[in-house]
Amino acid sequence: METTIAGYKINTTEDGYLTDFSQWTKEIGEGLAKEQGIEMTDKHWEVVEFLQGKHKEDTALSIRGIKKSGVIDIKSFYALFPGGPLKKSTLIAGIPKPKSCI
Amino acid sequence: MATTVKKMLFILSKATIENVYAAFIMANGARMEGIESEIFFTFFGLEAIQKKKLEHLKVATVGNPAMHIPTMLGGLPGMEAFATKMMKKEMEKLDMPPVGEFLEILSDSGAKLWACKLAVEMFHLKEEDLIDDIDGILTIGDFYNRANKEDCHLLFI
Repeated sequence: METTIAGYKINTTEDGYLTDFSQWTKEIGEGLAKEQGIEMTDKHWEVVEFLQGKHKEDTALSIRGIKKSGVIDIKSFYALFPGGPLKKSTLIAGIPKPKSCI
Repeated sequence: MATTVKKMLFILSKATIENVYAAFIMANGARMEGIESEIFFTFFGLEAIQKKKLEHLKVATVGNPAMHIPTMLGGLPGMEAFATKMMKKEMEKLDMPPVGEFLEILSDSGAKLWACKLAVEMFHLKEEDLIDDIDGILTIGDFYNRANKEDCHLLFI
């Protein structure tokens, strides 16, 4: 699917996840966040960078991974990305939707 | 996509590992999808929130046809411990947290954890026997009131 976010054309899955991470920029991340009703702060970016790093390492993402991240605790994670935090944060980070059940 | 399930209430009445994890994984999964979730621990399910017992839950090796071993063998000493050890090893491989850590995750995720008043009394438990993350001790009436919401589902495990 092709959509326009923050003036840039990007390719996404039906759920809105970028299919090609190389298209991701901070502006696009900000645009994707806005669509989710999220205003990005430094802490949001820190989490996004952590997730992108994990994705590069090919590590599966889970809520337990967030707990052990040292970047953010689970309570704040839910507060920063309300209503499905891992789903929303990965979408903003331009990486695939996590497949893990935990 | 907006979901039509808004709240999930789980009633956990058993203390075998497979049942406890089923409740925990589904309750956590609900929170991860932006769905409210709560667990009501009753009868043997209370073992999962007792400080001294929660890390010692076992797999049932007797009366469990899915173990694919004769019931007589399942009852041999050490069988339960062995099966439990194997299962925990497999869970760790999938990065499934131990019971105590899972309860912390649930609580931090905003899932509510309730102990059943009648069962607490029946097993002569005190509040200090239960984990600190518990949100309270409820009667079944209190619990039903918490279900008094549109698109709320109850599941008995």
